[in-house]
Parts: sequence; structure tokens; C-alpha cells
Amino acid sequence: MNAILAVRDLRISFGGVVAANGIDLDVYPHEIIAVIGPNGSGKTTFLNLCTGYIHPASGTVTFEGETITELSPRVITTRGIARAFQIPQLFASHSVLENVILAVAARHGIWDVMQPLVRPSYRDEAREILSLLTLSDVADRLTAILPEGTRKLTDIAIAMALKPRLLLLDEPTSGVSTEEKFPLMDTIVGVLRAEKITALFVEHDMEVVERYSNRVLVWDAGRVAAEGPPHEILHSAAVLERIVGIG
Amino acid sequence: MFANYAPLVVDGLADAALIFFCAVGLTLVFGVVRILNVAHGSFYSLGAYLSVVIGSFLAGRGWPVLSLVALIMSPLLIALALGPLIERTLLRWTYGRPEALQILVTFGLFLILEDLQKLAFGVQPYSQDVPMRLLGTSHIGGMVYLNYQLLLIGLALVVGICLRLLLKKSRIGKLIIAVVVDEELARTLGIDAPRVFMLAFSIGVFLAAFGGALASPTIGVAPGLGAEIIVLAFAVAAIGGLGQIEGAALAAILVGFTRALAIYFAPEFQPVVPYLVMLVVLIVRPYGLFGSVGLRRI
Amino acid sequence: MPVRYILILAIVAGLLPITVPWLGFVFTLAVSKGLAALGVAILLRGGLISIGHALYFAVGAYAVAFLIRDIHIDDLLLLLAGATGITTAVGFLVGAFMVRYRAIFFAMLNLAISMVFFTLLSKLYYITGGTDGLRVATPTLLGLQLSRGSFDLTLHVAALVLMVALVLLIDRYLKSPLGEALGAIHTNEVRLEYLGVSARGVIWAAYTVSAGLAGLGGAISAVAIGHVVPELSYWTVSGQLVLIAVLGGIAGATGAFIGAFFLELVRTFAVGVAAEAWNAIIGVALLIVIFFLPEGLYGLIQRLERHWPNTK
Repeated sequence: MNAILAVRDLRISFGGVVAANGIDLDVYPHEIIAVIGPNGSGKTTFLNLCTGYIHPASGTVTFEGETITELSPRVITTRGIARAFQIPQLFASHSVLENVILAVAARHGIWDVMQPLVRPSYRDEAREILSLLTLSDVADRLTAILPEGTRKLTDIAIAMALKPRLLLLDEPTSGVSTEEKFPLMDTIVGVLRAEKITALFVEHDMEVVERYSNRVLVWDAGRVAAEGPPHEILHSAAVLERIVGIG
Repeated sequence: MFANYAPLVVDGLADAALIFFCAVGLTLVFGVVRILNVAHGSFYSLGAYLSVVIGSFLAGRGWPVLSLVALIMSPLLIALALGPLIERTLLRWTYGRPEALQILVTFGLFLILEDLQKLAFGVQPYSQDVPMRLLGTSHIGGMVYLNYQLLLIGLALVVGICLRLLLKKSRIGKLIIAVVVDEELARTLGIDAPRVFMLAFSIGVFLAAFGGALASPTIGVAPGLGAEIIVLAFAVAAIGGLGQIEGAALAAILVGFTRALAIYFAPEFQPVVPYLVMLVVLIVRPYGLFGSVGLRRI
Repeated sequence: MPVRYILILAIVAGLLPITVPWLGFVFTLAVSKGLAALGVAILLRGGLISIGHALYFAVGAYAVAFLIRDIHIDDLLLLLAGATGITTAVGFLVGAFMVRYRAIFFAMLNLAISMVFFTLLSKLYYITGGTDGLRVATPTLLGLQLSRGSFDLTLHVAALVLMVALVLLIDRYLKSPLGEALGAIHTNEVRLEYLGVSARGVIWAAYTVSAGLAGLGGAISAVAIGHVVPELSYWTVSGQLVLIAVLGGIAGATGAFIGAFFLELVRTFAVGVAAEAWNAIIGVALLIVIFFLPEGLYGLIQRLERHWPNTK
């Protein structure tokens, strides 16, 4: 099977800091990959590189067979990759529902002046996504004043509204309360499986990683230091000691 | 042979010196306070008007030499009187608020100051070329040069070097840079950021007024000068990169020389030249010669 | 809700001059400024301030003069359409460069271009008539040469009709995905890019539309006054447009016209008293509105409506 996302020897430095030190990896269709590693090891930089927010000094990123290394986030998004951010990127002066409706409209085509943005078809689609992510109660609240966990969910809702083929989630459960983590991930992964979406998520909660991923990539100093199935990686003493800091 | 071009070079450099003065204050304030003051040109014209008025007064009393003193006194007065006042009342309110508000506030200030000057000084042009005449001319290498032009070039160099020293070496400069790099951190270290902003803004006002004062012996000071200058200052600051003092110097030299050339070849287009240069530079380097834009962390 | 207001305004503005004839001229000018201010207001939605929109007002006005003088077009409707088309094209071209910039850079670039245009208009005497400007002869209407009085009346009605039509169209645009995306740009441009939307494209569209509106305003003004001068591109005119846009509030397209009518009326009555300090007054008014009335007059009306709802 061909990889849906193939990364070869990705490198970039900022000032004196090597943020990507030869990243090599393949993501296969329908996989759910967890990315773990200490803070500052370059995980978010990796997501930035994959989505065109920054461009590498060398190396390539290929999506569904096409090179996307030098493309912009806008083009990459239209190719079928959606992203949810570590710091939720929302439209602060709009409500949760309006945020998702904008994403739905963007998917259908933003160059539309004939009908209003807030139309029944878009609204229904958006409401469906909100209910999946337990956001229905806050649909009409302005995102600026909501708690962090809700803002996170809204960010994920926006990404899912784009109906991507590859979903990149940067710490999806951070800021979410412990008892809500599993139900949330149950929902997300349920949708991923149903819609056959491939996903890669950065995560610090090892229980979430163990339970929901089928492969774990361990990041260290800008590269993939280890990879394997969760039960192997998460119980490897070497990984736990060096990377996660236990032991 | 060289001597034939020397006057052109001096003309261009003197022009560049004046342009540098009008732009450097704008770019400095932007670099430190992150505000592009649309009313910057009004301080320039205030400096010009005031130094003409004071200079004429002193010259009339039989002390023409003091008209030269007026050239430095007026900007100081303006900076001391208006700098802290405007920064504390109008500008401070806009910190942390949407940039659009900052533009509207300084634009409103610009409108007010322009009309206030019209009310105070009238619509007839003022001129006072005593300082220029006083300094006379020099004969170098068979050519005649206005000493005033040489003074302008010298002063521009001095101011440029002083600013550089101020920012890089002095204690105040270090405070300013600390606030620019990381305001929150600077505050937690006990640095009085509001004071730093006030100081930086006042320096900017001084530089603008000083530019106007220095220019006043060479031009007629009339309403509309402020508007003319703010667009020119912006063009020069944009060419150099907003917030870049060295950039402003280089841009001033570039514009000064192209203007001098335009006067020889196509005089009617001379006013438009700085903007053509800006257009060309921005197409190639969207943020100016030394400018850059930081990517937001996400 | 907005439809009600603009219709009321149009009806009042249409009927009042029956009893007070000279108001007809004032209201026509108010519409012309309102159109240009609407252009400014649209950009404000995207967080962009144009303090040089007088440029397009002047382009529209001078386009009328050139169409009459060089292309020999006489008909009012053709002139308005032609001038608007030309200005829209200019806005499209300038916009291509402009959309790379935001905030203060955007504002100052617009100012710079408008002032360069002013200089060119003033200097290129043989093309533009220099500081004297150009005369604009009274246009014909559908082949008929009307008397000045009848023409003014026709223009007045046409202006009001255009005002209502454009308010409806622009409100539609602002509520459409393209228009709402504009509002999203200054809240989070990065997120918009990550939705697959080109922020530059959205701004370019808005900029072109706003230029066209200002051009139409300038064209109407040229025909109403019968004369075009370089001052139409001067920063003072841009200042008025910004004030009207801010005064009117950016909630709906009607706001720009509420602001424009308000300002034209104030100016008409204040001209004896404060002609010398008009810019200072505008500046002070701008500051007052910013500090105390951030939603503009439109927002004020909405707030009043909430306190005293209509009982029907």
C-alpha cells in the first residue's frame, strides 16, 4: 500500500536551534498515528512543515503521491489535509456555530455572493458536527470567552468540517477534563474510522496514546527516534526514560 | 572631471539628509512603540513654522545668529510640550487595541493639527533663509557649495550615529530594546515600559520637528507641508523597512539621489520619484530593504 | 432590519427637497460621499483602513470629465456606468499590489497613492487641466438635453435609487460567504488560510468593489457639481470618507449613508461658522466617535431601538 503522507529527510533550523533534523516517515491510509516526545523536540514544527506554514531548508513532503513541500497552507488544505492547533485558532468574534459554518462554506466554495453564509444546508451540516463533538450547548456562544477545552473542541470541529482525508491534531485532549478525554477521543476516532480519515495526533497523555493509536512515533531533537505499536513503545524502558522522563 | 559631479552629489546628499530627518523619527517610533504616527508630518511642519517665527523674531531684534539657535530650540520645545502630552493621552489609549483604532486616532490628530496650524499661522507661505545666508558658501576644488548643505549632511551623520549609539550602547537604549523585544518580560524585570514609550515617542517628535526646522530655510512653509511630508516619510521608511534606522538612512540616500537626477532629466515628475522608487522596492522586497515580518507562533 | 432604514432615508431625502429645493443638491452630494464611504466601510470590515480612498473618488470624477471631453459620451447613465467601470478596473489593478499588505502599511500606501494622484492631477496641465480642473457639461438623458433644474432633479432621484439598490446589493454581499470571510480575515487570517480560503483573494474582491463604489460616488459628484478639481484626491477628502464610515458604523451598508447625510447637513449649516477649521472639526469628531461611539450612529440607532422597541 502506498503511503498517504511520505516525509523524507526534512530539515530546518531557526537561529542556532535545529528544529527538524532529518525527519523520515510514512503514514499509511486509515492509520491513526500518535506523535509523542518531550517539549521542544519539534513536533509542532513538523506539523508546520507538513502544512506549508514554514518550508524546510531541505527534504520533501508528499501527500497522496504529490509533492506538497513548497505549497502554502491554503493549497494544502484544499488538497485534503486539515489541521487542529495546539493553541486553538478560532474566529474570536464569531460563535462556535458560525466558526464551523465558515469551514463548511469554505469547503463548498467561498466565492459565493448570491446566498447568505448562514443558510439552512450549511447550518444543518455544522450542527451535526457540533453534536458529534458535544458542542451543541455552546453553539451560539462567542468563542473568545469559552474555556480552553471547548475552544480546543471547536478547533477540531472546524478541521473536521473540511472533510479531510488526512487530519493533523496538535494535542487534541490538552485542556479537556480527564473524564471527558476518552468520550471525546471515542467520538473523534469513531468519525475517523467511519469516514476513513487518516489521522496523526500529537499527544502527551499516554493513556490516550495507548488506547487510540495503532502506531506511535517518538520524537527527539527534531527527528523520529523510535516507532512501533503503542504497547511496545510505551513499555520500552529506553523510550520512557529518555523521552518521557520516567525512570 | 570629478568636480563637475560633486555639486550633484552634494545636492543629492543634502536632500537625502533632509529626507532622512523626516523619516527617521517615523521609523523609530514604529520600531519601538509599534505605532505609525500619521500626524508625524504635522510635527515636521510645526518645527518649520516655529523656527521661522522664532528665527525671524530674533533676527529682527538684531541677533541673526540666534536664528540658527532657533533651529534647534523650536524642535526641543515642540518635543517637550507635545511629545509626552500626546503619548499619554491619545496614544496610550490605543495600546493593546486593534490597530485600526491606532490609525484612526493618529489620523484624527493629523487632521486637527493641520487645521490648527492653518489657524495659527495663516495660509500665506512663511520663509526665513537667514540661517542659510549666514553660513555662506565655501569654495572647494573650484566649485561653490552652500555651507548650509554641508551642515545638513554633517548633522544627518551626527544624528544617525547618535541614534545608533543611543540604542546599542547607552542604558536607555538597552531599556528601549528590552521593551521592543519582549515587553511583558521587560515589565516583570521592573522596566517602566510606559516611560520608555513616552521617551521614544518624544524623540520621534523631536526628530520630525528638527527636520522641519532644518528644512525651513530652504523652502516656503505653507499649509499642506505636513501632508506632503508624512507621505514622503512613509515612502522612505517603507523603502528602508519600517523600524529600521539604517534602512531609513540608505533609503534617504537612494531617494535623495534619484530626486536629484529627476530634477535634471524630468523635472515635472520629481515629486513622484520617491513613490516610484517605493513601488519598485516593495515589489521586489515587500517589507522594504531591511524589513521583515515575523510569523505568528501557532 | 436594514432595509427599513435605507428606504426611510431615501423617501425622506426624496420628499424633503420638494419643500426645501436646495437640499436636493446637498442630498445628491451626500449620496456620492456615502457611496465612497461605503467603500471604506467594506474594507473596515476586513480590518483594513484606507485613508486614501479619495483616489477612487477622484478617478471616477475625472473619468466622467475625460469620457465627455475625449470620448464624447453625453448620456448620464453611460457616463456613470463608464466611470464606475474604469474606476473598478483601476481598483482591480492597484488591489493586486495592495492585498499583500495589512493594517498601517495598507493605510499609508493608499494615502501615498492618493497623494501621488493629486500631484499628477495638479501638474499634468495639458491632460487634466491642472489646478483649475476640468468642466463637466450637463449630460443628456436618453437623448434628451434637460434644463439644469430638471437635470438636477433627475440626478437626485437617480442617486437615491442607486443608493437603495447598492445598499441592498452590498448587504447581500456582506452576508454572503465571501463577505463574511472578509470579516474573518482580521480576526484570524491564519485560520482562514487553513480553511483553504485565500485571504488575498477575498481582500482583492472587497478592494475592487470598494473602488468601484467610490468611483460611482465621484462620478455622481462630478456631474452634480459640473466641475472636477485635483482636490478631490486630497487627503482631506479621504479624511471625510473615513469619518463618515466610522460615524455610520460598519454593521450594515446603510450606516455609511446615515453618516454621509449627517455630515453633509452639519457641513451645510456650519459652513458660515467653521469653514476654516473644517478638518480640525472632522478630526475631533473622529476622535469623539472612536472614544465614545464605537458602533457609530447606526449602532446608536440600534441601541435606541432596543430600549424603545416599536409597538405595532
